[in-house]
Amino acid sequence: MNSVDSVKAPGAVDTTTAERAAASPPEAAPSRISALLRVPTLGPLGALLLACVYFSFASGRFLTGGNMSLILQQVMVVGTLAVGQSAIILTAGIDLSNGAVMAFGSVVMTKLAVAGGLPVWLAIAAGIGVCALFGAVNGSLVTLAKLPPFIVTLGTLNIAMALTHITSKEQTVTGLPTVLMKLGDTFPLGQTRVTYGSVLMLVLFAVAWYVLRHTAAGRHLYAVGDNPDAVRLAGVDVRRQLITVYTIAGALYGVAALLLVARTGVGDPQAGQTENLDSITAVVLGGISLFGGRGSIVGALYGALLVGVIRNGLQLTGVDSVYQILITGILVILAVAVDQLARRRRK
Amino acid sequence: MSSRITSLAIAGLAAAFTLTACGSGGSSSAGGSAGSGGSGSITVGLITKTETNPYFVTMKKGAQAEAAKDGVKLLTAAGAYDGDNAGQVTAIENMIAAGVKGILITPSDPKAIAPTLQRARQQGIVVIALDTPPDPQNSADALFATDNLAAGKLIGQYAKVRMAGKTAKIATLDLTPGVDVGVQRHNGFLAGFGIAEGDPSIACEADTSGDQAKGQTAMENCLQKAPDINLVYTINEPAAMGAYQALKAAGKDKAVTIVTVDGSCTGVGALTQGQFAADSQQYPLKMASLGVDAVMTFAKTGKKPSGYTDTGVSLITATPAAGVDSKDASYGQSNCWGS
Amino acid sequence: MTAQFSQSGQSSPSSQSSPSSQSTAQTPGAGTDGVRPVLQARGLVKRYGHVTALDGCDFELLPGEILAVIGDNGAGKSSLIKALSGALTPDSGELLLDGRQVRFHGPADARRAGIETVYQDLAVAPALDIASNLFLGREMRRKGVLGSVFRMLDHDRMQGEAAGHMAELKIGIRSMKQTVETLSGGQRQGVAVARSAAFARHVVIMDEPTAALGVKETGMVLDLIRQVRERGLPVVLISHDMPAVFDVADRVHVQRLGRRVAVVRPGDIEMSDAVAIMTGAAPGNLAAGNLAPGNLAAG
Repeated sequence: MNSVDSVKAPGAVDTTTAERAAASPPEAAPSRISALLRVPTLGPLGALLLACVYFSFASGRFLTGGNMSLILQQVMVVGTLAVGQSAIILTAGIDLSNGAVMAFGSVVMTKLAVAGGLPVWLAIAAGIGVCALFGAVNGSLVTLAKLPPFIVTLGTLNIAMALTHITSKEQTVTGLPTVLMKLGDTFPLGQTRVTYGSVLMLVLFAVAWYVLRHTAAGRHLYAVGDNPDAVRLAGVDVRRQLITVYTIAGALYGVAALLLVARTGVGDPQAGQTENLDSITAVVLGGISLFGGRGSIVGALYGALLVGVIRNGLQLTGVDSVYQILITGILVILAVAVDQLARRRRK
Repeated sequence: MSSRITSLAIAGLAAAFTLTACGSGGSSSAGGSAGSGGSGSITVGLITKTETNPYFVTMKKGAQAEAAKDGVKLLTAAGAYDGDNAGQVTAIENMIAAGVKGILITPSDPKAIAPTLQRARQQGIVVIALDTPPDPQNSADALFATDNLAAGKLIGQYAKVRMAGKTAKIATLDLTPGVDVGVQRHNGFLAGFGIAEGDPSIACEADTSGDQAKGQTAMENCLQKAPDINLVYTINEPAAMGAYQALKAAGKDKAVTIVTVDGSCTGVGALTQGQFAADSQQYPLKMASLGVDAVMTFAKTGKKPSGYTDTGVSLITATPAAGVDSKDASYGQSNCWGS
Repeated sequence: MTAQFSQSGQSSPSSQSSPSSQSTAQTPGAGTDGVRPVLQARGLVKRYGHVTALDGCDFELLPGEILAVIGDNGAGKSSLIKALSGALTPDSGELLLDGRQVRFHGPADARRAGIETVYQDLAVAPALDIASNLFLGREMRRKGVLGSVFRMLDHDRMQGEAAGHMAELKIGIRSMKQTVETLSGGQRQGVAVARSAAFARHVVIMDEPTAALGVKETGMVLDLIRQVRERGLPVVLISHDMPAVFDVADRVHVQRLGRRVAVVRPGDIEMSDAVAIMTGAAPGNLAAGNLAPGNLAAG
């Protein structure tokens, strides 16, 4: 009991539960099974496997190598966007501009390659560069001007959209040099053909996973989404860290632009209108908390694959594509509900 | 922690898939059980721009009816929004994986979809464009569409007769720059009216994306620019509805003549009430059924359709103009599309 | 026993060092037994506009002791602590660490000098595990190429060291892989204290460590503080909790109106008398700042 007036510290623990907890014996090391259940990606992976099992029974054409490769290829653009989005959401931020920035990047790189006459690698670098620049702008506004990421990226979304319309003059860019679309080509893997671009997406996920799990920068990224003050007091330059995250995410959106160009064969100013929400859907379905600090990036890959599997599977079984949107919506609500339940059980 | 939560998630997923099963029974046509993908049955794919525009809903219904009649299996898909090229590309890929013999498509982005259409044709699938040609037009095997130039000409000629004796002050509410359908109708209207682009009687030209709200905004802006507009050409009925709302709010609905293209049942109803003066009716049901039949013919005989097939257009009006061939409102009602 | 960590910070005072006074008997503020203070402040002044937070404040922390700092709201406690931990640069006055003058431009300088602070809100990341929190900002990397080129963290080593640090302070948590949010308030406090104790070389400062805790957990934390002292680190303890202060502190520094007005030993004085000095109802046992804290009036 305090005899002198004291202000209750923020986050004060309820005294009775604290006393009970203090009285209980020290925590036993968790058993193997409960450790497995705590794996954050168990839910999304389970849902993905369930969907695959269902569709392989519902349609004979689903479980073929060619179809699996197709799904991977269809998911590679949103998947790459989701890598950047996951990193940003882990810092308790969000990026609504990624689809529009990607579209802008795709227009820039195709226009430069076709009308600008630049060598292809330079056009690609320029496209990725402008996307990274947008990321840097997002990061700077969030950290230096201390504006909420939702608002900032809403603004840059509109700016990117406008710039796309202005630079493209509403015209789709066609007649692309074949080198530009190389990532859309396939190579043989056993009996099937796999797209280079889908392999690139998987590589990006692997690299991101490594950085997040096995480097100090990754730890700090999780921590900054959880308690930024703790990170700052630990001596990390939080501002520089966040700007770096947003910029790298921007560069990833540029890579997604290249993959989009390779897949569709055009530079389309109308593209990217729903990809921001699609990437957020993948992240949420993957068990990453929108409040930051929790979740595995591999979950976002499962989430993106889940959406792709459902869309492909429904098409093969002849179901009206409207139901695909309905099911995705139900899954998103389930995923957020599960996250919320888990949060409450943690407290 | 999460054993209960995981089972909750799995239960929810099971519920979602039960819904799917219901949906699958309802929407795929008879003659192909969902999931057999069996050899011997012919599968046709229909890809529209969106799921929601009534024009495309009609087309889908027409295709489903014809597929049921012919005994073929119909798969459908659409983009997420008007202009969603990537969504249509994905749909094409999935339909190829599903083993379709032919694809019917209303291209959202005529230029952007061309490479993907070529890819489909290279795999031996017949590709037929409905309503909107791809760019270049020969990216598809055939085009079944309205002669949009003719559709515009009809209402242009009609308007010319109706405006005789008055000085015309014209507003054109168009689609979006560069899209063939909008360009053709616009040019047809001008030709039918007997003027060229840039004529002084054209007081305002605005884009609407074929959308009612944008049509209303465009009309309001045009009225600000030129309050004495007395003739409005619109790209389609939603734009015309929007224009009508704007004119009514300005108290000018009686004074201004609106002509449009589409011929839906809702539109003919509005025409009967005097909101529009003339409407070029087009026949999306015919496009869809011709398309399904053409794919069936190809699957059975290997003969591909080619070139452009005109699916017809009729001028509907309650007040005929001398020298311009037209049909009355009841004809319009009997042949309209939509509900 | 300090932990081995990949970033080894040397104690580097940022200003030039004044000649260190070896003869402790001549050092003002030295105790009667001539022991040189570990951390000492003389005449600290800090003003915010018209408000004077520190008005010529003195401070001494002797080796191996637990020194509690008490004072009413507005007495300048937090400003004093911020000056000692580097979060605040005083307008004038000097700070001496082990007899050498130091100037801190930020909390990182103080940490590098070997002064660790346990903040009131603990500054831990609840979603991360104990080991990650302990090594936040000071992560260990694997040896060789994996560590230098691939920047790979040495999770096993960090978990092992973390377990060692926790065991040294007799905190009973088995698995370092547990996330901090699964811990009770007292256990979280333990993690924060262990972190500071692991890396501190000279001083551990604790800001209101028992503020959010119930009776049992307060006892746990006080034991923790004693363990830190056993390890050879002096502790500065800011607290409103009088019973806790009188339970654990060796000496008590009373702050009032921006300066030190008394230094008392809990054994020599009643709690109520200490509170009286704090509120100004009773006079302190020091004149305007410069008397040796060894001369303690018995009330």
